[in-house]
Amino acid sequence: MAGRDVARTVTARHVAVGAMALLLVAGPLFLGSYWIGLLTQIVILATLAMSLDILLGYTGLPSLGHAAFFGVAAYAVAVLSTTYRADFWTTVVAAVAIGTALAAACGLIVAHVRDVYFLMITLALGMVLWGLSYRWIPVTGGDNGISGIPTLDAHAGLPLSGPAAFYYVTLLVFLASAALMRTLVRSPFGLTLRGIRENEGRMRSLGFNTWLHCYLSFVIAGAFASVAGVMWAYYNGFVSPTYLDLTASSELFLMVTLGGPATLVGPVLGAGAIVLLKNVMSAYTARWLLILGIVYIVAILAAPRGIWNLGGRRSG
Amino acid sequence: MTYLITQTLNGLFSAALLFLIASGLTLAFGVMKIVNIAHGSFYMLGVYVASTVVLRTGSLFAGAVVAILVVAAVGFLMQRVFLRRFPADPLAQMMMTMGFALLFRDLALMIWGGDPFTLQYPGRLRESIEMGEVVFPSYRLFVIVVAALVGVGLWIVNEKTLIGARLRATVDDPEMASAIGINVARLSGVVFAVGAGLAAFGGVMGGPILGGYAGLDFDLLPLAFVVVIVGGMGSLKGALVGSIVVGMIDNFGKALVPELSYFTLFAPMMVVLALKPTGLYGRA
Repeated sequence: MAGRDVARTVTARHVAVGAMALLLVAGPLFLGSYWIGLLTQIVILATLAMSLDILLGYTGLPSLGHAAFFGVAAYAVAVLSTTYRADFWTTVVAAVAIGTALAAACGLIVAHVRDVYFLMITLALGMVLWGLSYRWIPVTGGDNGISGIPTLDAHAGLPLSGPAAFYYVTLLVFLASAALMRTLVRSPFGLTLRGIRENEGRMRSLGFNTWLHCYLSFVIAGAFASVAGVMWAYYNGFVSPTYLDLTASSELFLMVTLGGPATLVGPVLGAGAIVLLKNVMSAYTARWLLILGIVYIVAILAAPRGIWNLGGRRSG
Repeated sequence: MTYLITQTLNGLFSAALLFLIASGLTLAFGVMKIVNIAHGSFYMLGVYVASTVVLRTGSLFAGAVVAILVVAAVGFLMQRVFLRRFPADPLAQMMMTMGFALLFRDLALMIWGGDPFTLQYPGRLRESIEMGEVVFPSYRLFVIVVAALVGVGLWIVNEKTLIGARLRATVDDPEMASAIGINVARLSGVVFAVGAGLAAFGGVMGGPILGGYAGLDFDLLPLAFVVVIVGGMGSLKGALVGSIVVGMIDNFGKALVPELSYFTLFAPMMVVLALKPTGLYGRA
């Protein structure tokens, strides 16, 4: 009986993934530019949410400051491309490097911390970086942020322009990141991360350097978040402190927990749900925050282990 | 010298407000292992509720009493109806409080509008005290004294009463505490409500100077969290020491390098975490 249920839900999952893939690939062919924009947002934020899933879902380290690396990479793109007029590849490589280096530095502070303490310390770290973006006005422009980031096609010298072209670039980045992350979580390294999540003491006594694994997990998650941040900066054409504030970090957290942690597919679903909900609802009401607040509460009450795990399958 | 004394007193004022906020946060954390994102919202609700009462009655004291009662009731309901469904799940609890933080922010915007305001100074505390060359607003001194009294009160409750003993036992080991007959669920509700009330009181005390504005809730939250991290999660003494450290550093940082405010908090946090990951007075 249970076996048949599992078989059915797995099929439902395959159908869901197929439909999602079809929409992501073929969507821009028949959708208007508004909806292509939403798809672009979903794809970028899905990359970001998957990066948090490595940390939160697979390693069991709940980071409430993850948007910081995303935001810092976006700021790096803005500063390099406007103030320093750097070329495309310098900007992109440097921005990802800066985001990753920051994660490597912060990781040194937080990698030995666990559970609720990790939550609190990453929250504080994220807020400190947000404060920097908000108050370090000579570099970041403060509350106004930085505008005038060139479009991706102009900056990179692409032959094609327009929302659909940009969308397919982000889709490629998303697919490449997703493939890398999938390989990572299925590798021996990824299995060790899950082992640490389940029982760190046992992993340590088996001879694994658990600190190093947590540290690397943090840095890798930060690197993928930086990639998403770079795409986001090009998508919006401007950056502001809201990219790395607490609301951003917790929305990200919601995407992962709503979708289903430790699945990689779940966070993509979560990102899609939140982006759609946000844009559709704010078209009808100014009370978006109120609704988002209720979504948090209802999501935790109704599907504490995420949409993707609703069928009762054990997450990986 | 005058500058140094004035800034130190300003730092102590920040520390006083931070202590009112962080003491509730750290106690709730100690008892329930909860990371309460809505704690800044309690502070914000305190200012807003008090503003309505002060508008009607003209009395900051009445405003403070009503704000404490209302916000404590909100906190109590939040804990009893929602948070206690997830006793051993810090992530679910955190998400829950995040939802409430957004809810409170939008409700405050709906009820009170988005215009910034400050509360009226109570009576004669509007003036300044002059000592030699140092001129200092007497209201700030008043807040420092009040926070110190609250601190003493909390210390007496915590160390000298039966409730305090139960509280300390629960912070040490919730399972053991409930096994020897302490009603941990009810205690959690009470602690959460008291913490909410204290934060609201902090909001009212800061009201004449910091006032209320949209986004106030998340402005103070990082400071309160740094206090709790530095002082040690669950420790009242830690909240006191942490408040003074963070209040001073934040205040001098803002005065000396305004563009790096918030970032100056990074330093104490790093030093403490490197030397003692559980905070100055925290137990692992």
